[in-house]
Amino acid sequence: MFESLSNKLDSIFKKLKGKGLLKEEDIDVALKEIRLALLEADVNFKVVKDFVQHVKEKAIGKDVMDSISPGQQVIKIVHDELCEMLGSTNTKIQLAPNPPTIIMMVGLHGSGKTTTAAKLGRFFKKEGRKPMLVAADLQRPAAIDQLIALGKQIDIPVFYSKEAKDPKSLCEDALKRARLDGRNILILDTAGRLHIDEGLMNELSQIKAKVNPKEVLLVADAMTGQDAVNMAEGFNDQIGIDGIILTKVDSDARGGAALSIRKVTGRPIKFIGVGEKIEMLEPFHPGRIADRILGKGDVLTLIEQAQESFDQKEAEKLHKKIKADNFTFEDLRDQLKKIRGMGSLKNLLSMIPGMGAAIKDVNIDEKEFVKIESIINSMTHEEKRNRHIINGSRRRRIAMGSGTTVADVNRLIKQHLEMKKMMKMLKKGDSKKGFRLPKVM
Amino acid sequence: MKFLSKLKAGLTKTKKSIVERVETALINRKIDASAIEEIEDILVTSDIGATTTAEIISLLKKRVLAGEIRDLSGVKTYLRAEMASLLDKPQPLVLSGKSPFVILTVGVNGVGKTTTIGKLAARFIHEGNTVMLTAADTFRAAAIEQLEIWADRTGAGIVKHHSGSDPAAVAFDAVEAAKHRGIDVVIVDTAGRLHTKNQLMEGLKKIKRVIEKSIPDAPQEVLLVVDATTGQNALMQAQAFNEAVDITGIALTKLDGTAKGGIIFAIKKKFDIPVRLIGIGEGVDDLKDFNPGDFIEALFE
Repeated sequence: MFESLSNKLDSIFKKLKGKGLLKEEDIDVALKEIRLALLEADVNFKVVKDFVQHVKEKAIGKDVMDSISPGQQVIKIVHDELCEMLGSTNTKIQLAPNPPTIIMMVGLHGSGKTTTAAKLGRFFKKEGRKPMLVAADLQRPAAIDQLIALGKQIDIPVFYSKEAKDPKSLCEDALKRARLDGRNILILDTAGRLHIDEGLMNELSQIKAKVNPKEVLLVADAMTGQDAVNMAEGFNDQIGIDGIILTKVDSDARGGAALSIRKVTGRPIKFIGVGEKIEMLEPFHPGRIADRILGKGDVLTLIEQAQESFDQKEAEKLHKKIKADNFTFEDLRDQLKKIRGMGSLKNLLSMIPGMGAAIKDVNIDEKEFVKIESIINSMTHEEKRNRHIINGSRRRRIAMGSGTTVADVNRLIKQHLEMKKMMKMLKKGDSKKGFRLPKVM
Repeated sequence: MKFLSKLKAGLTKTKKSIVERVETALINRKIDASAIEEIEDILVTSDIGATTTAEIISLLKKRVLAGEIRDLSGVKTYLRAEMASLLDKPQPLVLSGKSPFVILTVGVNGVGKTTTIGKLAARFIHEGNTVMLTAADTFRAAAIEQLEIWADRTGAGIVKHHSGSDPAAVAFDAVEAAKHRGIDVVIVDTAGRLHTKNQLMEGLKKIKRVIEKSIPDAPQEVLLVVDATTGQNALMQAQAFNEAVDITGIALTKLDGTAKGGIIFAIKKKFDIPVRLIGIGEGVDDLKDFNPGDFIEALFE
């Protein structure tokens, strides 16, 4: 998400940067282009109007026009306005003083409530809490089965009843059960509904009144168009929401929905869903996203993802191994596994400043990883630890076993050798710096 | 006409957003630059897209300057004609050729593929056809169960493997079985996938290839399901799915909300893919043939 908007703004800014002196016309031209870029990104037209108005008011002030680099100043104004529009800091989910903390998921059909409920459950479980999922979508065929299956995957209990007709009383029963079982987080997956469907919206209000959730979270699809505003206002006015979870952010949606929903509801985006896999839910950091939109990359998120995948002890173990020149194929495989656990490689690369535009059209073949893994898996224990014994016939056997060619195996062995060489060089320098991950926040 | 009134009811929100707003904006007003700007805003909010809007507006400006359009009714006539010409003739989904007629449904996550398939099956069975559903969404938890419920409700047959199995194999089995049993229509449900995931798009191509292997003309219809609330991203979806599996038609779902569905103008213009069906409610009967004339009529009446 945001790449395309980011590219457009980038080219508009390039024109601005080149100018030593800014005239009001220059700003007008740039703002016209920014307006179009935002509209094409599905930002609501009213939000766009306000945005352009604000930027213009600030930009034609004397301070900016007379400064040494007026172009830079305008860019900064746009950045600040974007941040303002997205909210300033990450807003966490509030926990109730008396557990369980009840979180109620609401939204249109197909926005991703069920999947997100499970992702959120996993998130809390990882934090050491005890979540329970509640299958309160009694409308969509097999919605209950879906939540049960997801609960099983992440080993979190699911409260459900296939006979239940009334989601209100089901949620009340779930709350009693959570208290009995000592679950401290209760996540309600409600049925998808239209914000103009009075009957179903009333049902939500009633559930809310009965169980008094700490957080009502609106689950919204990042690809939503201009209607995002009506939908978000509908849910906020009738139910009252505390936050937003934006889903399908791994699409090439330009992010207009994110900007618009936040702006019209004034509620923070708390999480974003960035993939189909259950661990692909990230806390939302508005400032970082504004940076990403303006092409500055998002290194902090990258580091956090790395930290979640690599724990400190393992990193130290690896460090020792490298010191002892003992980096085996097994280690290589483990490292690759962890990198893949962090998300798609393209996604990771795009967070590095300046890489977004560069890799826009590059296809990274994630299958290469699978190939390398299967080659290593086809090695014997000895081979994994000692590459010197891998002779011609062993190479043929490994290739056969992994469904690859001898050339593939040769390449991997060479790559491994080169990695070891690189590590040796790192060791000669400040080896400690090389493999320790910095601590963040 | 009963159908027309239902469509109108479903589209009241759309109507309100485009036509009534044009009316409120222009009533007792000269068509000047600021009035035109307001029309522009109104079109943009309907998800018609900035580019298509710009074209409609620049033509409108010319005609206003030439003195051909002077008032509200002139603007309405112009918009009606312009938007009608964008949508072209009705091109409904028609079963033709040798059976089985195979429909491959594709789309991003959460657009309503499985529900559309259920409604479509009900309709074909009502028209006297035998229908086989194919549970080729083996990825999403309980997707197979969801399709099974539709099969039970409509009386369609179903071919399924277990969750996590190869979707192409399921599709192949279904088409082969349909051939042998003389089934009229096979509808293949696929897992929702974002059009940006190359590996998943490759998987979709494979499903289509194995269907072709079994029946050279099949799938006779590749239906892209698009959520009416989607914005300009629907264009990217249409492009990517079209490149992968050659889309032959579009089903536009969730038109009963406040979404305006303007994206179909942009899709039709850019890719010339016809909208076959629209979903205007949650009931089984709420999947309708898309008729551009009725659509515009309902908008401009």
